[in-house]
Amino acid sequence: MADQPLMPSSPLEIEEREISFSTRLNEFPWWFVAMISIAIWVFYIILTRENFNEAFNFIKVGLTITIQTALTAYGIALIFGLIAGLGRLSKNVVSNNLARLYVELVRGIPMLVLIFFIALVGVPAVVNGLNAFGEWLFTMGVDPIAGLFTAFNNQNISMNARAIVALAVTYGAYLAEIFRAGIQSIEHGQMEAARSLGMSYGQAMRYIILPQAIRNVLPALGNDFVSMVKDSSLVSVLAVRDITQVARLYAGSTFRFREAYVTLSVMYLTMTVLLSLLVQQIERRLRRDV
Amino acid sequence: MSETKDNIIVVKDLYKYFGDVKALNGVSLTVERSKVVVVIGPSGSGKSTMLRCINHLEKPTSGEVWIDGELLTGSPKQLNETRAEIGMVFQLFNLFPHLTAIENITLAQKVVRGRSKEEAQEIAMQQLRRVGIPEKADSYPRKLSGGQQQRVAIARSLAMNPKIMLFDEPTSALDPEMIKEVLDVMLDLASAGMTMVCVSHEMGFARSAADEIIFMDEGVIVEHTTPEGLFSNPQHDRTKLFLSQILHH
Repeated sequence: MADQPLMPSSPLEIEEREISFSTRLNEFPWWFVAMISIAIWVFYIILTRENFNEAFNFIKVGLTITIQTALTAYGIALIFGLIAGLGRLSKNVVSNNLARLYVELVRGIPMLVLIFFIALVGVPAVVNGLNAFGEWLFTMGVDPIAGLFTAFNNQNISMNARAIVALAVTYGAYLAEIFRAGIQSIEHGQMEAARSLGMSYGQAMRYIILPQAIRNVLPALGNDFVSMVKDSSLVSVLAVRDITQVARLYAGSTFRFREAYVTLSVMYLTMTVLLSLLVQQIERRLRRDV
Repeated sequence: MSETKDNIIVVKDLYKYFGDVKALNGVSLTVERSKVVVVIGPSGSGKSTMLRCINHLEKPTSGEVWIDGELLTGSPKQLNETRAEIGMVFQLFNLFPHLTAIENITLAQKVVRGRSKEEAQEIAMQQLRRVGIPEKADSYPRKLSGGQQQRVAIARSLAMNPKIMLFDEPTSALDPEMIKEVLDVMLDLASAGMTMVCVSHEMGFARSAADEIIFMDEGVIVEHTTPEGLFSNPQHDRTKLFLSQILHH
């Protein structure tokens, strides 16, 4: 037993090795290598060819807006989603149905249409409503608070802000379903144990259920953030100067469509691949800890 | 209003239906302070449902539950206050997996009782010593054996200084070699004068610790007597049959 031969001693072992090697070849993520190669190749072209270089320098100006829009909208969507997700699980008929209505409305309308609707119809309507409420408060004589409501003005709410609201409302509905599923995945015994100690429903949610539920849905939330980065390109229809809009402008003025859209695609691809790797890393760590 | 001071739990005409299933079919029960009551009966007889109605984890379909002279009305505020006074231990422990043992024990003390972090931790350590595993304070539940988890769960309830402890089959999910360590804690608690209602088929525990024993079947209390009376002289055929089934092997 002391001196194990280093070389495989039986034909069977050799065969096992060969099988595992070919399996490894088959399971190797070739697609990933191909994708990275394409990205590297495009980056090389961007660095070396003047037309591509110019396109990239033009388009990268929109990166701040893209990242800012995706991050802000996602942050707000998390809040909307959590509230609507809790509403979906509530025994209260009103909040339950309101949450359901919100989710179903959003899921039944194409995202592009929703973005037009919220930015150009929804936001102005809400602002007009707030203004009218403020006017009414003035007539009632509660001036100091009334000023808060009349301060809003449709002219000074930028398309940028409207786009963020639109994305947040849309994604809130998707995130609501994730939160709902996460909360439902927690064993009922957890709620019972918390309640049996005298905690209120809200305390049990906050200290016991949500910490576990959010941990369970972290990968799903991460994947939705990746989707948000991609879907943020839709705000270009509102003339928000994100990378998509800037690329369109560049292509339109120079007629270099190839340079514009190759560069744009690789920029999105880089962001989503990096984020996906991050999500995978989080997922792996969570699985190790459980 | 006419309850005497010593009856800490009074249950009157309790009915509980789950859809068409009648889990409780008119249960009345009085438990005196510092008594240990063991509830036995076949599965589906309503033992756990009765226990869970005492702290309103299940809302009874009809009937009254009085805790320490106060009628439970179902108002959220009163329920939270009452439940803080009633510890409950579950079959599957239900420890909070994202918290360490000591965090499991301090959380409700801080959130519900409003104790400071230091005070809660001191009390938690006292209770962990009482159940014999102070060295596991910083362990997460998944690192503990079933018996240790259940002892942490008991410590978690005791840290709230409850007047009553309810045990819902606390040892039936445990490996045989861990049952004793949990029963020892329960015996210790019984001798310290805690009011306890235990759904359990541990007959050894019933014999040595119970003041009263209840046999339930089909949602009613068939017999309510002393352990001695039940084991040596059961009155009803159903009780005899059940005892022969659980005792003969």
